[in-house]
Amino acid sequence: MIQAKGIHKSFEDNNVLKGVDVDFHRGEINLIIGRSGSGKTVFLKTILGLHEPDQGEILYDGEVLGEMTKQRFKILRQEIGMVFQGGALFDSMTVAQNIRFPLEMFSTMTEHEMDQRVKFVMDRVRLEGADEKFPSEISGGMQKRVSIARAISMNPKYLFCDEPNSGLDPETAIVIDQLIHELTHEYEMTTIVNTHDMNSVLEIGDHVIFMKEGLKVWEGNSSQILKSTNADVEEYVFKSKLFKQVRQALR
Amino acid sequence: MITNFFEGIGAYGVLMTKVFRRPDRFKLFYKSTIKEIQLLGIDSIGIVVILSVFMGAIVTIQTAFQLSDDPLIPTYYIAMATRESITLEFSPTVVSLILAGKVGSNIASSLGTMRVSEQIDALEVMGVNSASYLILPKIVAQLLFNPLLILMSMFLGLWGGAMAGDLLGLIAFQESISGYQLEFIVFENVIYGLIKSVVYALIIGSVSAYCGYTVKGGAVEVGVASTNAVVRSCLAIILSNYVLTDLLLN
Repeated sequence: MIQAKGIHKSFEDNNVLKGVDVDFHRGEINLIIGRSGSGKTVFLKTILGLHEPDQGEILYDGEVLGEMTKQRFKILRQEIGMVFQGGALFDSMTVAQNIRFPLEMFSTMTEHEMDQRVKFVMDRVRLEGADEKFPSEISGGMQKRVSIARAISMNPKYLFCDEPNSGLDPETAIVIDQLIHELTHEYEMTTIVNTHDMNSVLEIGDHVIFMKEGLKVWEGNSSQILKSTNADVEEYVFKSKLFKQVRQALR
Repeated sequence: MITNFFEGIGAYGVLMTKVFRRPDRFKLFYKSTIKEIQLLGIDSIGIVVILSVFMGAIVTIQTAFQLSDDPLIPTYYIAMATRESITLEFSPTVVSLILAGKVGSNIASSLGTMRVSEQIDALEVMGVNSASYLILPKIVAQLLFNPLLILMSMFLGLWGGAMAGDLLGLIAFQESISGYQLEFIVFENVIYGLIKSVVYALIIGSVSAYCGYTVKGGAVEVGVASTNAVVRSCLAIILSNYVLTDLLLN
């Protein structure tokens, strides 16, 4: 479980986060939604420890992030998997080398065990036959899958995804959502996903947080969001014609 | 501007304290260093060969032109003067300036691209000391290979000078070789240049890495960082050359 308590974060005069309190539960997909500039990415990076909060604290299973020793922080890092918006795959490495990298860096596995683990993870995200390809030689959807494979190669307790569906066609986006859903429940991970994609919200949103101007303004799950009476949520969710029709049908 | 300068020096110092740490995995560090030696060192041999041979030839022609008016000066003085110019300044400094352009821009653009495409963030999230993992092998590769390149440049510069002198009828090849050996002092003529080459290697590796690693923005900023890396490395080389020359000769 990850807890964010009263998180404030500013960049010079720009107050990006203005006191965010959220609990992210284990074995659930926690989606953070909101318009561009609402502070979602800064919030995610603050939880990850890439930004230090000005006020408030982040707790990983009860341990305060800012009070961890360097050694503990390093171990925590190895318990985290991250899927970046653009994939953030290492250009100079092949697909298999990208997935193998965290194992080579931190595990005590033998070469054979690492090969087996890479093969297992690649099969798990349905990447068979792409081992020797470089990131520039594969499609956006495959890059996202490689990124997920790399993120789960160390069997993480916490999985973070920053807009995993951006730039993907609807069909591939659904495949990625399903993969995140399966992995989260299979490995009982605490998964936090930043997204704009309402399909993802409805498909996999066990716990949904809506952010606006650096604040959490609504919290619920995927079935509650369609019935929400919160004006900000309504304006965000029912902006498109499709969702307006869905609302009418629901009423 | 002055504040920015001192902030930059401070940020550079902070980055270097992260870079010079014990690598997480020596096996990966060793592999990266070998790869960087190939990329930054061995791939630079071609340009160093061409540059050094022609530099030696030009220095010989210039020296011969200056000394040929006086019949009392023996011709082997042309070779001696060429040797001093090549080993003390041209090979260590000019070659390092050229390498600052080639290697420095390569380091800054590769690190800058990794920064803007979040590859460095990915390393940090995994718990890797990204500064040490990415920059230390580049600096070590430079420190190991730059002196070898400079040594090779000295040899080729002198060979090019002797060849040009012989081909143009300015000084016989054998006389050049005798001139090169006359009053040859290993410290003054070789070690001095190698000390400079080590300092320049550190400058090229670290300054360029700082420019690339701290990029913020996108593709345009990566280009700017690459230019800054070359300009700042060259300035630092020139300034350190002044200090080193004074320290080593006095």
